Amino acid sequence: MSLRPDLALVADLIPRGSRVLDLGCGSGELLAHLIEEASCRGTGVEIDPGQVLSAIRLGVPVIELDMDNELDDFSDHSYDVVVLSRTVQTLRRPAAVLRHMGRIADQLIVSVPNFGYWPHRLRLLGGRMPMGRDLPYSWYDSPNLRFTTLVEMEELFAKEGLQIERRIPLTPSGRPITAPDRLANLFAGAAVYSLRA
Amino acid sequence: MDTTPPTGSVGLVSTSTVRLFTADAPLHLERGGTLGPVDVAYETYGTLSPKADNAVFVCHALTGDAHAAGFHEGASRPGWWDNLIGPGKPLDTDRFFVICANLIGGCQGSTGPSSTDPETGAAYGLRFPVLMVRDLVEVHRALVKHLGITRLLAAIGGSLGGMQVLQWAADHPDEVANALVIAASSRLTAQNIAFSAVARRAIMTDPNFVDGAYAQAGVNPDTGLSIARMMAHITYLSEGALTEKFGRAPHPNRQEPGFGIDFAVESYLDHQGQAFLERFDALSYLYLTRVMDYFDPFADACALDAVRESPVKWLVLSFATDWRFGTDHSRRIVKTLEHAGQPVTFREIPSSWGHDSFLLAVEPYHATLRAFFDRAYEEVAP
Repeated sequence: MSLRPDLALVADLIPRGSRVLDLGCGSGELLAHLIEEASCRGTGVEIDPGQVLSAIRLGVPVIELDMDNELDDFSDHSYDVVVLSRTVQTLRRPAAVLRHMGRIADQLIVSVPNFGYWPHRLRLLGGRMPMGRDLPYSWYDSPNLRFTTLVEMEELFAKEGLQIERRIPLTPSGRPITAPDRLANLFAGAAVYSLRA
Repeated sequence: MDTTPPTGSVGLVSTSTVRLFTADAPLHLERGGTLGPVDVAYETYGTLSPKADNAVFVCHALTGDAHAAGFHEGASRPGWWDNLIGPGKPLDTDRFFVICANLIGGCQGSTGPSSTDPETGAAYGLRFPVLMVRDLVEVHRALVKHLGITRLLAAIGGSLGGMQVLQWAADHPDEVANALVIAASSRLTAQNIAFSAVARRAIMTDPNFVDGAYAQAGVNPDTGLSIARMMAHITYLSEGALTEKFGRAPHPNRQEPGFGIDFAVESYLDHQGQAFLERFDALSYLYLTRVMDYFDPFADACALDAVRESPVKWLVLSFATDWRFGTDHSRRIVKTLEHAGQPVTFREIPSSWGHDSFLLAVEPYHATLRAFFDRAYEEVAP
């Protein structure tokens, strides 16, 4: 099974044999890969019924719950790695979720779309809300509730005491960008962070 | 209601009976003491694979029986879980060998309080031992062994059935690869026990209960047993389901307001109570409700030691409008299993039908079971 490029990047950040909690696991593709190929164990969390069914069919343990309110069920340090992939922008209480993640595991992997990506800035200058491959929705039907740039995301990480171990800025198609790292907030459509609690 | 048309039937079936324990080699009970002989009524559907690795055990709930699927000779109604079990159905008998047994303590073919006590030659009555869920599981295990199976591909049950699955897989993870625990509880609340207490009181204060010796006296505590069933039935349905079915509709024969059956819902409950008398025994009702009251497997700190060593794949389901064993009960099970490092899957199924939903062909519910069983089958598919 070949993994979506952005998920493959996440998978590479996870040590073999880890116990992984994947928040917003979708159809369970990442966990299925980690269980199969990297001797990991894990649990997915997902709220979309169709995705939950797909994960069950793949043999990925998945718990249907509301991340904004029900992460208390996971105990402290019960996982090695907790993943939040392209989900932080859909949360009502992203700071609270990050706090839970830091409590549940020592390593956090967060991927986030960057609203500071230059085409989005141009669109906004032209009087329209950002849209594109990473942000394919109109403002009125978007599941995204939170709009952040990489700079502001990193401010929140710092505020929550999370240290950035690695940052991988991505193109909209999910491949690492070649531009200089300091220009990531302008040239990355998204980024993957590996953090330490 | 969301229903899917039945895809296939297992057809004509019959119940078998086997003696699994004898007076000389009795069942040793969890609380001490023994029970023997022990006869068990059971049915099977589908074909056991040459490696005996495709068996799925169905644990029934409080008032179920061994007849889970297909039709008995001359019957117009199929078994109680026929919408789930059959060729092409989620529990597909073209793939799985399905076993369902009547519980001991019950009254539909397996040894229970109305069976003959070999010591007295009369029915046990209240001399029958108080049972625990683990005792029910020990008998299931003996049946599985008798059928030449060392490891079940899955065990599934709703309500009290789910409690048996939980106990079984937690105690013997080497015998159950996949455990499906549906609309169950790991610990009854005071409210749950209270409802059962009123049901038992209705039975035991019926003058025809005769301290449990009603069979010898040639009577039956019909009034008490039917009241117990009427009340329990209210707890099986959600308020919304009763509203949708009956609302405040009058009974067709209603004249002036009085104290007969004035509302349609009263007629329905009356019918449920009366129909129950045909198929259930008052003593079994006492014993099997007590089994549930005492169930508390996680009270034992070592309860999950075995599954920590040898994890089981769990599927835990609850129904949104179930107020008997609602989502909080299932989430307690999920949380405890997850803390023990188990691969556990949980869903709360949207359904307006309350606790009874686990017996219905609610679409997202059956889709979930199908996905889980299809995946489980890959473990043994030829």
